[in-house]
Amino acid sequence: MTILAFAEQRDNKFKKSSFEAVSAARTLADQLGTSCIALVVGSGVGAIAGQLGAYGAHRVIAVDQEECAQHSSSAVAKVITEIAGQEGASVLVLPASAMGKDLAPRVAAKLGAGLASDCVALTVEGGEIVATRPVYAGKALLDVKVTTPVKIFTLRPNVFRATEKGETAAIEKRAVALGPGDFTSRVTGTRGGSGRPDVTEADIVVSGGRGMKGPENFTLIEQLADVLGAGVGASRAVVDAGWRPHGEQVGQTGKTVSPTLYVACGISGAVQHLAGMSSSRYIVAINKDKDAPIFQVADYGIIGDALEILPELTHQLKASLGK
Amino acid sequence: MKIAVCINHVPDTETKIKIGGDALSIDRAGVNYMLGPYDEIAVEEALRLREKFTGEVIVLSLGGDAHKETLRKALAMGADRAVLLKDDGARDSYGVAFGLAQELKTLSPDVLLFGKQSIDYDDAQVGTLVAEMLGLPSVPVVTKIEIQDGTVVCEREIEGGKEIVETKLPVAFLAQKGLNEPRYPSLKGIMSAKSKPIEEKPAAAAEGRVAPVRLRKPTAKNPGRIVGTDPTAVGELIRLLHEEAKVI
Repeated sequence: MTILAFAEQRDNKFKKSSFEAVSAARTLADQLGTSCIALVVGSGVGAIAGQLGAYGAHRVIAVDQEECAQHSSSAVAKVITEIAGQEGASVLVLPASAMGKDLAPRVAAKLGAGLASDCVALTVEGGEIVATRPVYAGKALLDVKVTTPVKIFTLRPNVFRATEKGETAAIEKRAVALGPGDFTSRVTGTRGGSGRPDVTEADIVVSGGRGMKGPENFTLIEQLADVLGAGVGASRAVVDAGWRPHGEQVGQTGKTVSPTLYVACGISGAVQHLAGMSSSRYIVAINKDKDAPIFQVADYGIIGDALEILPELTHQLKASLGK
Repeated sequence: MKIAVCINHVPDTETKIKIGGDALSIDRAGVNYMLGPYDEIAVEEALRLREKFTGEVIVLSLGGDAHKETLRKALAMGADRAVLLKDDGARDSYGVAFGLAQELKTLSPDVLLFGKQSIDYDDAQVGTLVAEMLGLPSVPVVTKIEIQDGTVVCEREIEGGKEIVETKLPVAFLAQKGLNEPRYPSLKGIMSAKSKPIEEKPAAAAEGRVAPVRLRKPTAKNPGRIVGTDPTAVGELIRLLHEEAKVI
């Protein structure tokens, strides 16, 4: 029995959610009295694999092959499946990122394993892993047990802590034979967004709703976001109105976020929106309506017009953060 | 082109969730159900593909009799026929995927569509599981689909941008918001849906792989404090975020 953590990289850079997955795998390994292996797949990834030891992997396996330079979910799913088999892994942990959510069900089907997606907690009860998953967009939490011999968990980004342990791990390069038939789909490029962090990965998210009164006023949201190094979010109402792109929508039919700080500007807090952001560690609400439901979940509130408050907030933060 | 769309019958997004007496599922009393919002986008995409390539759109759902309502909605939007894979019990995602895959093996569609996730259990794995069971490529969270001579070029959402994915038919897509704007069923569509066939058959049995232990409400957050009512409150807000919350 061992625990295998898949560490996602893009352009040979690990995502924070990969370190979170490795640290969570290590915590589980300690609780279950077993070891933890981190796996990275790509081309040229041997050079970065060492970083995974620092987050608690006992060993690191790097599948470093030229044909893996471009991501292919079919090929990487095969690699994970083979390595899991070779190592006799009984638990697999992946980030619940766009890539991880694509890979995990494929690997689960190949290994005959049960999969609990988008977990926000893994606890060990009587020697068994209990995973907590938000359901109904976070309106409820479901605790589950995976009943198959091999168990797979994907972990919601920004929830588990990436802990640097100051350890190092041996890196082993491993080859997996891949033929043309293993690349049934292939990534041929990416189109960048705003350059700001994605709302699912950002430590701070600044979101705007209908109270921003028009798409042009979102520059106020963006300016505050840039001072804070934050991601930009939006309510469903403004996405449906075409003010903001779908990728920014926070809530039940958008993204679920758990940043350290969520700043809701001109958002009343419809039940679908609250579901998507109420697990944020701190919530600031700026809204004209003192009865807006968003104040029920906010740690700090300012009752006022976001269009007046935001410029002042950005101005003062710039000064105090020395930007 | 044979296009199959797998859809689910889910609680309305406005629903306030109450935990049921079994502490494993929700209290269904007073809950309105609807066609999943992402599934609706999948149905719309199927109809557009049929308009472009001609062919047939078949909608499938796995569940109890109540799912017929959702299948009817897809028929009213314009799907040609529906299949209800009947099972009144609870299934995990693997069980749903297995049941769908058994039927789809016989149907053998050129394009298979799903919503990117069902908004009840938010598991986001049925579509990809089915694709793997059928040996098909799949593109999750897809926001743009172009098909030419059997080659597929599409875009899917990733963190902070889009990823361009190339693959070939037959293929499975998991639809994301932004792919299209679903149509409303026309009156004519609603009328003609009444005479379109819904074939019913038992869903293939599957053993579960993920067992629920308990369903519970998240700890409710206490409302915090109102710092002020105009821009002069900003200084105090920054102080609180810095000294009390220590987040900036």
